[in-house]
Amino acid sequence: MTDTAHLEAHATGHDAHAHHEPTGWRRWLYSTNHKDIGIMYLVFAIVTGIIGGLLSGVMRMELQEPGIQIFHGLAAMVYGVEGAAALDAGKQLYNVFTTAHALIMVFFVVMPATMGGFANYFAPLMIGAPDTAFPRINNIAFWLLPPAFILLLMSLFFEGTAGTTGFGGGWTIYPPLATTGHPGPSLDFVILSLHIAGVSSILGAINLITTILNMRAPGMTLHKMPLFAWSVLVTAFLLLLALPVLAGAITMLLTDRNFGTSFFKPEEGGDPILFQHLFWFFGHPEVYIMILPGFGMISHIVATFSRKPVFGYMAMAYAMVAIGFVGFVVWAHHMYTTGLSLDVQRYFVAATMVIAVPTGVKIFSWIATMWGGSITFRTPILWAIGFIFLFTVGGVTGVVLANAGADRALHDTYYVVAHFHYVLSLGAVFSIFAGWYYWYPKIFGYMYSEFLGKLHFWTMFIGVNLIFFPQHFLGLSGMPRRYIDYPDAFALWNRVSSVGYYITFVAMVIFFYATWEASRKKRPAGDNPWGEGATTLEWTLSSPPPFHQFTTLPKIDSTNAH
Amino acid sequence: MADTAASRSMPSGNRNKGVALALGVLAVGMVGLAFAAVPLYQMFCSVTGYGGTTQVAEANPKGVIAREMTVRFDSNVDKTLPWTVKPASPITDKIGTVDTVTYVATNNSDKPITGQAIFNVAPDLAGVYFNKIECFCFTEQTLQPGETVEMPIVFFVDPDLADDRDLATVKDITLSYTFYASDSEGS
Repeated sequence: MTDTAHLEAHATGHDAHAHHEPTGWRRWLYSTNHKDIGIMYLVFAIVTGIIGGLLSGVMRMELQEPGIQIFHGLAAMVYGVEGAAALDAGKQLYNVFTTAHALIMVFFVVMPATMGGFANYFAPLMIGAPDTAFPRINNIAFWLLPPAFILLLMSLFFEGTAGTTGFGGGWTIYPPLATTGHPGPSLDFVILSLHIAGVSSILGAINLITTILNMRAPGMTLHKMPLFAWSVLVTAFLLLLALPVLAGAITMLLTDRNFGTSFFKPEEGGDPILFQHLFWFFGHPEVYIMILPGFGMISHIVATFSRKPVFGYMAMAYAMVAIGFVGFVVWAHHMYTTGLSLDVQRYFVAATMVIAVPTGVKIFSWIATMWGGSITFRTPILWAIGFIFLFTVGGVTGVVLANAGADRALHDTYYVVAHFHYVLSLGAVFSIFAGWYYWYPKIFGYMYSEFLGKLHFWTMFIGVNLIFFPQHFLGLSGMPRRYIDYPDAFALWNRVSSVGYYITFVAMVIFFYATWEASRKKRPAGDNPWGEGATTLEWTLSSPPPFHQFTTLPKIDSTNAH
Repeated sequence: MADTAASRSMPSGNRNKGVALALGVLAVGMVGLAFAAVPLYQMFCSVTGYGGTTQVAEANPKGVIAREMTVRFDSNVDKTLPWTVKPASPITDKIGTVDTVTYVATNNSDKPITGQAIFNVAPDLAGVYFNKIECFCFTEQTLQPGETVEMPIVFFVDPDLADDRDLATVKDITLSYTFYASDSEGS
C-alpha cells in the first residue's frame, strides 16, 4: 500500500500530503508518524497499567489482615488443590503476583509511557523536527511491545515450580531460584518477553538519539535544546548501554536453564553472584531510565506555570548527564549483603551518595524556578509539585539505604519497598500524570476539566501516601518483603496501607472519568492554553498538531528561551 | 516551500545511518561485554579470593604467627547424590600452621557413583588467605557401592591475614563443601 501511495505522492507533487494520511486501522498498524506512535504507546501503557495496578490490588487485599485470606482460595480455584497444598500454592501465587506486578510496571507501563509515549510525541516537536529519523524503526519498536507483553502474560499460565504456574522469583530473577527453583517453562516466557521488550527499547533509543543529534531545527544547538529533549537524549543512551547487559545476563540464564551451560551454576564452576552483578549493572541505570524523562517534563511544567525560564538551565542539563554517568558505577549498592569486602562497600556507599548532588541541583533549581514566579496552580503544576515532594522523600530514604551499615538491617524489608515506590510509583507516575495533563490539550486538542484533574490529583496524592508512608514503619520494625503473611504486630500499618490502595483506586476511576468527560465535552484548547510561560516549539503548532509538522523549519535565534 | 521535509531529509539520510550504525555497534558491544564479564569475573575471583574462593599452594613459605584461628568444616550433599559426608571436627591452631583433616564419605547406593565437591569459605573475605596444599576437591571421587572413604585436606591460613583490618575481629573461618554428582550417574 505504501509503495503506491508514495508513487502517487511524488506524481502529484507536494499537494499530495493529504493523500499520505492513512485512515482506519492502517493509520495505526502501519504508522510511521511519531505522534500516532506516541499515542499508541500511551494507550498501551494505560492498558498495562490497569493490569499491573489490579495485581497490586489483590496483594494489598491479601495483606490487609494477618493470615492468608485470598490466595489459598485463588490457588484452590486455579489448580484444584485443597487444604495445605492450596495454602502452599497460594503462597507461591502471591509471589507470582508481586513478580508480574513489578515486571509489568517497569517494562510495560513506565518505560512505554515516558520513553515511548511522551518522548516520541514531544521530543521531535520540541527540537523542530518533522518526524523521527527512522519512522519505520519507530513502528517496529512499538509493535514489538504487545507480543512481549502477551508473552509475559502467558508466563503466568505455564508451570513454574512443580504444580504451580507462573514465575515467583521476583523481578530480579536471581538464580538459583530462577534455574533449579523454577524448572517449568514459565520463566522462559518471561526471558523471551524481556528480550523482545529490550530490542524494542534499544531500537527506540537509537531512533531518538539519531533524531536529537541530527534533526534539530536550524539554530537549535544542544545548549539551546529544551530540557525534556535533553532528558530523552540521556535516557536513550542509558537504555543503549544498560539493556544489552540485561539481554546478555538473561540469555545466560536461558542457556543455563535449557542448554546445559553453567554460567550461574556453582556445581559446575559458575557463580550465581555474577548474575546479580550483571542484573544490577542494568538494573540501577534502569531506575534512572524510568525517572529522567520525568525530570525533563517537570522542568517544563514548573517553568510554564511559574512564567519564568527554568532556573539554571545548563546545571539542569548536565545534572541529568551526571546522574546518567554516575548511575553506571553504583550498581553493587543493591548487593551489600552478598559479602563484598568493606573497601568495596565503602566505595559504593560514597559513589551512591554522590548521586544526591546532581539530584539536589535539580530539586533546588525547580524550587528556584518557582521562587518569585507568578504561579498559577493549574492541574499540571500540582502534579509537578507533588512529584518534587514525593521524589524528595524517596530520595532521602535512598540516601539512608545507601549506607551499607543501615542496609544490613533494612535490606529486603518494606523500608526498601517504600523507598522505591516513592521514587517510582509516586515519582515517575506523578511525572507521567503531570505530563498527561500538561500535554493533553496539545495531543487531543481539548481541555480536560480543571476540577476533575485537581480532584484526581488530591485523591491520588492522599491515597499513595497512605499506601507507602506506613511501609517505612513496617520496614523499620523488620517486616520482610515478598511474604504473603506477617505477625499481628504489623497489622495496623498494613491495614492503613490497604485503605490507601482503595483511595488510589478511586483516584484512578476519577482519572478515567476525567478523560472520558474531556472527550465528550470537547472544549477546544487552542494552540497554547498555558499562556506566555509555555515557550517550547510544540505550543507554536495547532492542537492537535498537523499530521506532518514543520514543513518550513522553525528558526531558533539566540534570544529564544529554553 | 521547496525546503520540504522530504527534500531536506535526503542529505541527512546518510548521516542518520552513520549515527544509527555507531549506536547499534555500541549496543552489540555491550552484549559482548556482558559475556566477557564471565571469564573476567572468574579471573577476578581467583586472584582476589572474592566470594570466598580459596587459594592453592605448594607449601607455606611465610611461617607461623602467634594469633590463633579456628577452622570449622561443613558439608552439604546435593539431593540427587546418594552419599553421606561427615565433615571434619573444628581445629584451632596458630595461623600459618599446616594442618591435615579428614572428611568421611559413604556411598549409600548400590552402584558406583562419581562425585565432585565445590567449596568456599566464610567469611568470604578470608578466601584469599585460605590455602589448600592437598584436597580431595581437586579431583573427582568415585565411590563403589556401600564404600566409605576418608578424604584428606591439607591446608594452612596465610599469616598475611593478620594485616587485613577487615578481618581483625575474625576468630574462626568455616570451610564448606557441597557435593554434587559429577555426571548423570548420580541422578
